[in-house]
Amino acid sequence: MKRYSGLALLRNALDYNRNWPPAWRSPEPKKSYDAIIVGGGGHGLATAYYLAREHGFGNVAVLEKGWIGGGNTGRNTSIVRSNYLWTEASLLYEKSLKLWEGLSRELNYNVMFSQRGVYNLGHSLQDMRDIERRVNANRLNGIDAEVLGPAEIQKAIPCINTSPGARYPILGASLQRRGGVARHDAVAWGFARAADALGVDIIERCEVTSIEVRAGRAVGVATTRGAIAADRIGVVVAGNAGVLAGMAGLRLPIESHPLQAFVSEPIRPVLDTVVMSGAVHGYISQSDKGELVVGAGIDAYNGYGQRGSFPVIEHAMQAIIELFPAFSRVRMLRMWGGIVDICPDACPIVSKTPVEGLYFNCGWGTGGFKATPGSGWVFAHTLANDRPHDLNAPFSLDRFASGALIDEHGAAAVAH
Amino acid sequence: MAAAQPNRLPSGGRIDRSRPLAFSFDGKACEGFAGDTLASALMAGGVSLVGRSFKLRRPRGIVGSGAEEPNAIMQIGEGAAAQPNLPATQVELRGGLTARATRGWPAARFDIGAINDVFGRVLGAGFYYKTFMWPRSWWKHYEHGIRKSAGFGQAPDGPDPDRYEHMNTHCDVLVAGGGAAGLMAAMTAAKSGARVILADEQNEFGGSLLASAASIDGVPAADWVAAAVAELQGLEDCVLLPSSTVFGYHDHNFLTIAQRCAGPTGSSDGGAVRERLWRVRARQVVLAQGSLERPLAFCNNDRPGVMLASAVSVYVERYAVLPGRRAVVFTNNDSAYRAAISLAGAGAEVAAIVDSRPGGGGELGVRAQALGIPVLAGHVVSDVAGRRRVTGASIARWSGDSWGAVRSTIRMDCDLVAVSGGWSPAVHLHSQAGGRLAWDESRLCFLPAEARQAHVSAGAGNGKWSLGECLADGLRAGAEAVSRLGLKTAAIRAPETSPDAGENPIEPLWRVPAARDADRCPRQFIDFQNDTTVADIRLAAREGYRNVEHVKRYTALGFGTDQGKLGNINGMAVLADVLGKTIPEVGTTTFRPAYTPVSFGVCAGESVGELYDPVRTTAIHQWHEAAGAPMETVGQWRRPWYFPRNGEDLHAAVARECLAVRNSLGVMDASTLGKIDACGPDVVEFLERIYTHNVGRMKVGRCAYGVIPGEDGMLKDDGVMARTGERRFYLTTTTGGAAAVLDWMEKWLQTEWPELEVYLTSLTDHYSTIAAAGPNSRRLLEKLGCDIPLDKERFPFMTVKPAELAGMRVMLFRVSFSGELAFEINIDSNNAPAMWRKIMEAGAEFDIAPYGTETMHVLRAEKGFIIAGQDTDGSVTPVDLGMNWLLSKEKDFLGKRSLQRPDCLREDRKQWVGLLSQDGRTVLPEGTQLIGDNGKAAKMCGHVTSSYFSACLGHPIALGLVAGGRQRKGETIYAAQAGRDPLPVQIVSPVFYDPRGKRQHV
Amino acid sequence: MLLIECPWCGPRAETEFSYGGEAGIERPADPYALSDAEWADYLFFRSNPRGAHRELWNHAQGCRRWFGVERDTVSYRIEKSYRLGSAGSGRPAAAQIEASEEKRR
Repeated sequence: MKRYSGLALLRNALDYNRNWPPAWRSPEPKKSYDAIIVGGGGHGLATAYYLAREHGFGNVAVLEKGWIGGGNTGRNTSIVRSNYLWTEASLLYEKSLKLWEGLSRELNYNVMFSQRGVYNLGHSLQDMRDIERRVNANRLNGIDAEVLGPAEIQKAIPCINTSPGARYPILGASLQRRGGVARHDAVAWGFARAADALGVDIIERCEVTSIEVRAGRAVGVATTRGAIAADRIGVVVAGNAGVLAGMAGLRLPIESHPLQAFVSEPIRPVLDTVVMSGAVHGYISQSDKGELVVGAGIDAYNGYGQRGSFPVIEHAMQAIIELFPAFSRVRMLRMWGGIVDICPDACPIVSKTPVEGLYFNCGWGTGGFKATPGSGWVFAHTLANDRPHDLNAPFSLDRFASGALIDEHGAAAVAH
Repeated sequence: MAAAQPNRLPSGGRIDRSRPLAFSFDGKACEGFAGDTLASALMAGGVSLVGRSFKLRRPRGIVGSGAEEPNAIMQIGEGAAAQPNLPATQVELRGGLTARATRGWPAARFDIGAINDVFGRVLGAGFYYKTFMWPRSWWKHYEHGIRKSAGFGQAPDGPDPDRYEHMNTHCDVLVAGGGAAGLMAAMTAAKSGARVILADEQNEFGGSLLASAASIDGVPAADWVAAAVAELQGLEDCVLLPSSTVFGYHDHNFLTIAQRCAGPTGSSDGGAVRERLWRVRARQVVLAQGSLERPLAFCNNDRPGVMLASAVSVYVERYAVLPGRRAVVFTNNDSAYRAAISLAGAGAEVAAIVDSRPGGGGELGVRAQALGIPVLAGHVVSDVAGRRRVTGASIARWSGDSWGAVRSTIRMDCDLVAVSGGWSPAVHLHSQAGGRLAWDESRLCFLPAEARQAHVSAGAGNGKWSLGECLADGLRAGAEAVSRLGLKTAAIRAPETSPDAGENPIEPLWRVPAARDADRCPRQFIDFQNDTTVADIRLAAREGYRNVEHVKRYTALGFGTDQGKLGNINGMAVLADVLGKTIPEVGTTTFRPAYTPVSFGVCAGESVGELYDPVRTTAIHQWHEAAGAPMETVGQWRRPWYFPRNGEDLHAAVARECLAVRNSLGVMDASTLGKIDACGPDVVEFLERIYTHNVGRMKVGRCAYGVIPGEDGMLKDDGVMARTGERRFYLTTTTGGAAAVLDWMEKWLQTEWPELEVYLTSLTDHYSTIAAAGPNSRRLLEKLGCDIPLDKERFPFMTVKPAELAGMRVMLFRVSFSGELAFEINIDSNNAPAMWRKIMEAGAEFDIAPYGTETMHVLRAEKGFIIAGQDTDGSVTPVDLGMNWLLSKEKDFLGKRSLQRPDCLREDRKQWVGLLSQDGRTVLPEGTQLIGDNGKAAKMCGHVTSSYFSACLGHPIALGLVAGGRQRKGETIYAAQAGRDPLPVQIVSPVFYDPRGKRQHV
Repeated sequence: MLLIECPWCGPRAETEFSYGGEAGIERPADPYALSDAEWADYLFFRSNPRGAHRELWNHAQGCRRWFGVERDTVSYRIEKSYRLGSAGSGRPAAAQIEASEEKRR
């Protein structure tokens, strides 16, 4: 792998940028691999990278039906934080956040992880109780967290509306200063490039059409580019987990819903942090290009269309204007949707399955992007050792039978 | 005039020379005419540099005349009424308008950032992914610098002074686009009896006809448009929406239109609507949005003075502005010849038409040559000179090889280069609707193919370039929509036009060769706003970003405010060339709303500020407000929080209110509690399944506390229910849970147990609830005059009776949420304020204290009653709450099976307990985490859910959930405190006051 | 925004309705005869198909009645909407319609 650096940029500029190598190869699929990762999103590519890097797997393929990073990796609002309520969830996301903090250097690819802070607003006394509880739990788990009052919020975010006369006045907020945003596409590309350098085959336009199970063991997949055998198969296909599970005769406690987001035209910097509000259903940040990036809610109904209902956008606009009245005249440039797999407890499944050698990583709901490196890290561990890491053991499929759900419905800023 | 508008033609155009308008640009006074756009007025005034590019800060001029404009992005107006980012081409000029260029510092004309252009090669596609990584912690500093150059305009500095509104409507046929095809389609549909909406983004209908020299039915095109519009206006059920952009085509033929009702800086008269969102459900849609001209990719093709040929025609013909004095026209198709003819007709010199096609143009070519315009067939413009304005063009012979080097043989002075690289139908809405696109190799564009919803494309948007074809195609599309509606098409003929000029076919020309190869030649721009060049696309492909989506994202192609209207097809074509693929193999990208940007305000509509969410208040709310009670937001409700007297703070007021209830009398407005009337022959069986206790054993007139678990066993809601008849129950829920509980019950009833005959009716708003609590509450009621005996034998605790109280019919509940003797008076909401006033009058002798939610919380906490949603969080079962006594062993109920799952049987589940600070004075903050010991690495074992100072007990009390808590009473655990030592806390029973419950029974 | 045909009120905009998830999930007659895994399947596991989906909708801002809809989860096309079964059959309405629909095919 040719290293990226400012010096490399200069050197290549002298040569009219004609000698940059491909960031990753485009190999033909081999007949068999030690491990196959189905799904070339951020989570899948991270899994492949950590399998190669941490567990010495030299013969790994990532199979992607379209183009890498083309699913939810490229469709989210790129927020990263770890201030979840329950210990199980917050430790998993904190592992991820720690990996984020070193990711650009680790991958030698600038993923632009910008730790500009994440505010979760409280609009009622109960919101504030929940915020106190979460912040206290975060601190005891070694996660940075603090509670701010309206005056401090107003000082940090001048354009926010902290008027007590607001329909849902802001009573306070939690702040995780280590949280922030990252450049979503770069995460997929950075992991792809680093994994490729460790020998991982990244195979695009390769759709898995069936999973071959013999005597209770997954032995390979059929794809649009031929059959591929594998010892272990990890499936990481947000938005399509149910479809892939069906191929192996499994059912999942998941429903797929459209989740929408939109960006404004680029405007001069006006918001240098991330603001989320559960009660007023919206979250917002401003990209380095100047676009306001706004997350809307999910559509209530099941759907696999990467588009959603316009009233959901209208509602998000109303919420943003509630919080930032001056943004009313800013214009929306583009709206889009992704498909999120929602679990009953709003927590993911990173788990072995009843089929040996087949592993699923899914159900991240509205919160998958922030988990990208951590999800890949624990899933790689699970595949390599055929048992979950302590961090993802609570996120096994069997929790639905035992009842040990981890209720993080309060975690997302939008209603599930 | 001539001095102020040096480029204004003496006659012609659709401007009103009798109405001059003064405006300012970058602080300088300027002048234009009514009918101008900001762009045409600037051009008339000789302004050619209007902005800077995003990354390289290159000087830029106006390129287009409409939505495709990438460079002239303006800040209009000031202060709270400012409007960022409007393309000057879409701003109708108004008197007093202030405009500023949005890029360039200190000014667009002189920009320090232009140094970026010098280092441009280092700043190639995706350069930022490759650097700024060292040292690790410095990204925030790098980013700080990068953000300084972000964005175009500025957000307004205050709340929007204007209003927006939503309009819902239905129609038979929505026609998007009011040019030749759209007008014909609308005419056909409307005359056939269909209800029609015709929307066009411009302030006048007519589209390209407004700048056309053609005649229709023997009259000038613009006159034909005026007549057609007048005729449509006269038709019933035809709604004409000018200044209205159909920006979204959603599922089930739902479309969204943004209508501009006032100028960009808002309504002058205040209060009027600035923009309106039309939410249209159309049975059929005709898409006639026209087409977008493509530029050509030659070296320095971004210099001010390089413009789209069609835009040149528009400025000359519609706005009577001369964009240049001496022009070179560069094209690969016939349409640009019209620009040359327009320019020549307006008195400009056309140095040459440079046509890449060896055979040059068709009939228009002959016409141009007849006007003395030289045509250089088989040639290309390979480069232009000039920095802040084009000064000349270098012209080379075209061999057909895009990627080889060419030497320019001709150099022409000029101040304008009008380019046309062909046309792309505006297929955005077709694609948004899920329609497929098909590449047309002869027209060199994507055409709308199969539709997924009920729409049909027409006119230039359907690849019909000539006027005659557009009119006929509009008629066809209108007739098709009509016939799909099952209506009979009215007999309408296509208007006659002068015969279409015979054209020579367009020739592919995606990258124009230059003196050096594509990596080393001067920049050839594809996306002007984002500075994406041919070399960037080649670099992306070289680095493995070969999928068109990767290329777009890596190079930012198409991510500007014009959303690739100008550059996307050119970019894809260059990529196809680089990869050795065809354009359809490279594919197209998905078009998403909005077609052009729409304000947040218009999408939000009226539902902002006070109207963001309805405020629910009780019938007695005005009294509470008059009493000066601060309000607590509980869901949509506003509830009195406490009733301060004489400047009391929360704590003082609550202490006083609590003691009043414990010692004498308090009264509370509990009307927000959910109330459901459940009746029917099977009501007992139904409620047995919903609630955990034995409902059937309740005698008529009895009340019971009930809990509702979800099917997962977790507590959903709770409340008192009363059996008011053999087959009738009066159910109460929490304030926040009222709607959800009714929905929950209805769903089971209707979908799972239709065999049960039960009727559920919400009474929440019909009845108000006034709780009178305290040892003197009975005396209060007696004083008010009650027609039933109130003594404990005849009206015992947990019973209900209809009664007349103070002359009003009420339903009287002998229940208590405070642990004191108490009565809950349920009364028709119309009578509630009168009853409340009477209670206050009668209660004066007992020093009655109205109390709010906070006192209610303290009183119930002293008694160990839960608040669902505060003491529970979706992971708490009735067993965890110590409510085993409520769980019937004799029947099944929803959620019962789930309680037997292993995790629900764990001994160490978090259980609900009381907590006492060992120091006897610290009120633990709600949300405090509890830890097993006071060591540093102690694990969390629970948290505080409720915590208050109990005035009646004289010390703080708290409630919380603690792992295995019920077996640990008397144990000491610790409350973690940020930055301080953990505080010892003792686990106790959650009932702090009157544990045997004697007081409520008196 | 979907246009949903309420079998009682006619076609109405999506915003008048609330969604009720997959149709035909029958509550087990004897929950205690089920293993924890079987109970979990009833509680949490859904077919979540990519394509035709039988689902429940409630005309929340209209007649408040629940009804069934067959909708494609990719194209969002609604094939049909139908009333749930009447009282007295002893079978869950949602499932009952499923069965009668099956018979008709």
